[in-house]
Amino acid sequence: MSVITLREALRAAIDEEMARDDSVLLLGEEVGQYNGAYKVSQGLLEKYGPERVIDTPISEEGFTGIGIGAAMAGLRPIVEWMTLNFSLQALDQIFSNASKMRYMSGGQFSVPIVFRGPNGPAEYLGSQHSQALQSIYAHVPGLKVVAPSTPADAKGLLKASIRDDNPVVFLEAELMYSWKGEVPEGELVIPLGTADVKRPGKDVTLIGFSKPLRMVLEAAEALAAQGIDAEVVDLRSIRPLDEAAIYESVRKTNRCVVVDEAWPFASVGSHVAWLVSRNCFDDLDAAVEFVSAEDVPMPYNHGLELAAQVSVDKIVDAVKRVLYA
Amino acid sequence: MPEKILMMALSPTMETGTLVRWRKKEGELVASGDVLCEVETDKATMDYESASEGTLLKIVVQAGGQAQVGDTIAIMGKSGEDFSALLSDTRPVAAKAPVALAAAPRAVASVASREAPSAMPAAPPTGRVKSSPLARRIASQKGIDLRSLHGSGPDGRIIKRDLDAASAGAGAGIRAPGAGPAAIAAGPVYKPGPGDEVVPLSGMRKVIARRLSESMFSAPHYYLTVAITMDELLATRARLNEGREKKASMNAFLMAIAGRALLHHPKVNSTWNGDSIIRHTATDIGLAVAQPDGLITPVVRDCGKKGILAIDTELTDLVERARTGKLQPPEYEGATFTISSLGSSGIDEFTAVINPPGSAILAVGAIRKEPVVGKEDRIEIRQRMRATLSCDHRAIDGAVGAAFLRELADMLENPMLALA
Repeated sequence: MSVITLREALRAAIDEEMARDDSVLLLGEEVGQYNGAYKVSQGLLEKYGPERVIDTPISEEGFTGIGIGAAMAGLRPIVEWMTLNFSLQALDQIFSNASKMRYMSGGQFSVPIVFRGPNGPAEYLGSQHSQALQSIYAHVPGLKVVAPSTPADAKGLLKASIRDDNPVVFLEAELMYSWKGEVPEGELVIPLGTADVKRPGKDVTLIGFSKPLRMVLEAAEALAAQGIDAEVVDLRSIRPLDEAAIYESVRKTNRCVVVDEAWPFASVGSHVAWLVSRNCFDDLDAAVEFVSAEDVPMPYNHGLELAAQVSVDKIVDAVKRVLYA
Repeated sequence: MPEKILMMALSPTMETGTLVRWRKKEGELVASGDVLCEVETDKATMDYESASEGTLLKIVVQAGGQAQVGDTIAIMGKSGEDFSALLSDTRPVAAKAPVALAAAPRAVASVASREAPSAMPAAPPTGRVKSSPLARRIASQKGIDLRSLHGSGPDGRIIKRDLDAASAGAGAGIRAPGAGPAAIAAGPVYKPGPGDEVVPLSGMRKVIARRLSESMFSAPHYYLTVAITMDELLATRARLNEGREKKASMNAFLMAIAGRALLHHPKVNSTWNGDSIIRHTATDIGLAVAQPDGLITPVVRDCGKKGILAIDTELTDLVERARTGKLQPPEYEGATFTISSLGSSGIDEFTAVINPPGSAILAVGAIRKEPVVGKEDRIEIRQRMRATLSCDHRAIDGAVGAAFLRELADMLENPMLALA
């Protein structure tokens, strides 16, 4: 067991998979000579050479499409988007080709590709570059969507994503790259579609994923100090979704708060809240609460920027509501 | 902006109200809290207080007319305002007009609040019991009637903790389910005047309030009274007690004889149990005993099969400990029938509230000499006692209660019959 950053965990996953399988390659803006905009790919160009670590022009639609074509031809590309905000340039390739190719070709082609990069707001980046876009990708059948919250999960899930024969959108976060955590030595592959109970509890179920999960855990600690024992379920994978783990927890606690840093309308969080409302109806003692970003473009003013996002206080307040406390 | 004044649900079960009288005239200024009109509900005539202020522009439903909950009964606004647009979509109801029965029940609360938010102090009660899905599931598993509970969630929603509290508080015994209004637990809140003493509720006071409210509000009570000539029983008692240091009490006689009468009338010795009626084999009779702050009903088990002296011995011990608050729950719970006597307080006759899980209670007054029309219309002086039986009509119909009370009276007048 060693303590490493999430950035290092991602790098280890890519490195190990590239060493294990010659068909794995990495392409994107500045992934090679600059060692990655966020240094995830540091040293990989040196180790695997320019044929497998490919610097691309600033053309998301182009290199995303090249990756999809390479996947159809039998390679296992990892496409790094410098941020998910830029991936919007490539939506047609992702929606129309990557997600549908296996279905529309009757299984003649599969698209074993990973699209990865930082998602969600960081700080001081303005409206266009402070967006959590999981709702958009989770909306599309044919795509898998993965969103870890710890270095160990990041490593194990990225390796599983690279080995998966379907297109996977792998969500990271700029502010998470330097987060540290224990990662087990040796081979670590975490199957997609398995949630993880990060904190057991009996009074209320908190469901989250990706960067806000740290706030969810902080909220759970704050609640523990008030005698409220919260269970924290980290979804880790949005598609496929581990519904069984969610329901098991809610049936135990009878209360549920869903946390998603995206906008609330038609979001992963609102969908999970609906699933819980529908499938745990007779187990609920209160309406499911949902903590999301405020329904506004991200303000640049830092005070407003923080106010527009999920916070520990907002989560604690939501828990109080479902507990009628 | 002129606004509609809607008929409110002034009782939980009210669907239609009759305008008895308007207390404000068209054109008159109305302050918030002023009584606009008097409305007769299914239960009582109540004042309709205005939640908003302005000028009463138009009375839509005249005195004598009826309005369904949610109907517009008047328009308020500023003097001289045009309110014709509001009138066009109201349904004026002619005086004494029959209420349209075919209409589907409407979502009164939401309609009302959307149309005129400021006119409604709060969503009017719709009679529907709000509860969380989990609370409903637990209630159905435990056989608890949600209507008998008070909800502590938003808008009175019944949630899990209310059921937990109910299970913890109800203790043993069979519940008397029914439409106990939520008001049992949360009554009106009054402000004490200067110098008034505010007495916090003792645990016993809370139990009395809850149990007897539940009984009174869920069990339809009716009352039967007989005057009983007690000379024979008094003579019998005197003979039995002759030479005895410990005299058998009148209550022991009453319980022994009532127990025997109950054996003949099992329908009276019963418990209303929601979807069934339990007819008890044991005749467990409670006796109401006053305590410094309240009362308690120690129970003598199986009175119908015990002798007077045995009952008297048990009763003496129970009453002694009841007065000092030392009874254990098994000694005062689960009476199938109850006797309450205020004769020693000089009361001639009274009615009592049924003590669940029993379905009937006998209220006995003082024994007094009085003139009675005897044989050949001769006026005789007799020892007379009045007894009033309160029955739960759900379990005991009038003729059934009357037959029991008549036989009980006959046995008291002629104690030999109790042995027959």
